Order: sequence, then structure tokens, then C-alpha cells
Amino acid sequence: MTTVPPLKQRYSATAMSLHWLIALLIVAGFYLGWIMTDIPGFTPTKLKYFSWHKWIGVTVFMLAVIRLAWRLTHRAPELPRGMPPLQKLAAELAHVILYVLMFVIPASGYLYSSAAGIQVVYLGIVPLPTLIGPDTALKVVLKTIHIWLNYTLLVIVAAHTLAALKHHFIDRDGLLARMIPFLK
Amino acid sequence: MKTPFLRWIVAATAMTSLFLGVAHAQVDTSKSTVTATSKQMNVPVEGTFKKFTAQLDFDPAKPAAGSAKLSIDTASYDLGDDSYNQQVRGKEWFDTAQYPNATFVSSAIAAAGSNQFNVSGTLTIKGKSANVTVPVKVTQQGATQSFDGALPIKRSQFDIGTGEWKDTSVVADEVVIKFHIIAAKK
Repeated sequence: MTTVPPLKQRYSATAMSLHWLIALLIVAGFYLGWIMTDIPGFTPTKLKYFSWHKWIGVTVFMLAVIRLAWRLTHRAPELPRGMPPLQKLAAELAHVILYVLMFVIPASGYLYSSAAGIQVVYLGIVPLPTLIGPDTALKVVLKTIHIWLNYTLLVIVAAHTLAALKHHFIDRDGLLARMIPFLK
Repeated sequence: MKTPFLRWIVAATAMTSLFLGVAHAQVDTSKSTVTATSKQMNVPVEGTFKKFTAQLDFDPAKPAAGSAKLSIDTASYDLGDDSYNQQVRGKEWFDTAQYPNATFVSSAIAAAGSNQFNVSGTLTIKGKSANVTVPVKVTQQGATQSFDGALPIKRSQFDIGTGEWKDTSVVADEVVIKFHIIAAKK
């Protein structure tokens, strides 16, 4: 009887830090985006949530730049041996989509804010350039794009999480340990 | 093209005023703008007053004899979003049902350098009055003259943003009113 040996190789501390930090920010940003748009009219709370949401988005974008640079200069640990090729392909594809979304979701939100005539002032301190002028028609389009990209994100993140849990609890192939510190 | 035609009307009106001895210079509200910029979480947000009337009587050679009167339709404040516009008309902000107009009436005009004038007067918003002095730059251009200026005010002084909006950490107390008024030369 031979069993598949557990993977020893892990992501580096940098990669793990970036992954979890970005994951946390994405969850927070998504949640804020979800509840802030349900607040009718405008209230001080709503204005705060909108600002925080934008600051989170800008932060995710900047971290994504660093993360992409790291990913392009480092090799990710191998996927478990014996994993079906189709699953490997699905995993790779999901990762590529997640990388793309880390850039295009903040970018679409940023442009949406510009089109709405509202500048983004990062952390309330750094005024960022408005890339496009106020445009009512474009505002509506960008809003729709921003929302649908987020629904896509929700689906891919759900698949990503479920797949990771399947590897851990069903396949027991040690894959999750690649990304979780202290996990054997 | 509309512009030359409008210019003729402006010129014709100016001439008529001159001959009839009408005191006020004709203000071209289609080319003039009055805005108010607030800061929300440090983000500058500009709104435009779409409707206002202005009566100007000004000769740069005799500034002390001049006068200015502005009346702004507070319900015409446009932030670029209907639901926001609706809300600023409410009691907590402009309370436009109760106070449909904000006004400025000059009391004194003094020269302050080349093409610069200090216009003092009474600013009334939401029934609260304050004496203010605003530096105005006057530019002569052909048959028209333009008046440009910016006046920072404290919104709390005029009860703009009451209740939970009193918190100036979200919407700053300082609001800058900017104007660019084009009038036919007298």
C-alpha cells in the first residue's frame, strides 16, 4: 500500500501574509459594499462606509500589485500529485481569475467614483487623481460592471474555499497547509 | 450657434439700459455660476446652484458707489444625484420649503489692488445672517465684465446640517462658496 505523501512545500511567509491580508480586506470591503448601498439617502454612517470601502479597495489594489510581482518572480508550490488534470486546470483558472479580479474590481469601483464626480481621498489624507470626469451615463455602466464583477468574485471565492476544504477534509492531501501557517 | 446671438441680446440690452438710465448691469445667468463645495471625509464635493438672480451695479472707477445683490434658489442645489438633491432640500440642510432663498446684499465695496475689490455685505442662509467680506476679482472683456470670488463659510453658523450632521468629522464645517458672474458692462 502506498499513499500519496503529504506535501512539504509551502508558500513563503510573504505569500501567506499577502494572501490572508488581502482575503481579510476583500471580505471587509465586500461586506461594507453590500450594506452601505442598502442605506437609503445619505447619512453620516453611509458616507463613512463609502470612504472606508474605497480605502479598502485602493489598499487591495496596491497589495495586489505587490502580490503579482511576487507571484511572477516566485514558483508556487506544486499541486498534490495524483490530482486529476481537470481539477488542476480548474484550480489554475480560479487563481488566474482571482488575480484579475483583485485588480479590476478596485479599478471599476475607482472609475465609478470618478464618473460620479467623487474623488477618492485615500485614508482621508491622500487625494488620488480622478481619471475620468463626471459622466452620468458611464456612471450607471460602471456601477453595473462593479456589481457583477463582485458577484463573480463571490462565486469564485466560494469555489476556492470549498475546494480548499475538500482537499483538507476529504482528500486529506495536506494542500491547505501550503497556505496556513502552523497547520501540519 | 447661439453665442453670437446671445451676445447681441446682451449688448442690445446693455445699450438699452444705458439709454434708459437703468442702474443695474445685465447679468448673464446662463454663463454665470455659483457653487458650494463641502468636504465629506476630506473629499471635496461640489454642488451647483442652478437658479439665482443677481443685480450688479459696478464701475471699477467708482467702486464705493457700486452695489451687488444676489438671491440664490436653495432648492436648485445640484450635487449630480437626484436622491442627494432631494435630501439637501430637507429640514436638516437648506430647508427649502421654509427658506427658499439665500441672499447676499452688499453694504460696501472697496478697491484692494488692481482689479481686486473687497465686497462687504450681509449673507443670509436659512434665515441666519452674517456680515462677510469677500475678495472679488473683476475682469473686463469686451462688452462684458466678470466677477470671480470665493468665500469660505462655516455651515454650523447657518444651521446647515443639523442633528446627526452636526458632526464635522464627516462633513467639514467649512464650505466654500464660489461664484463666477458675467455681466454686461455698464
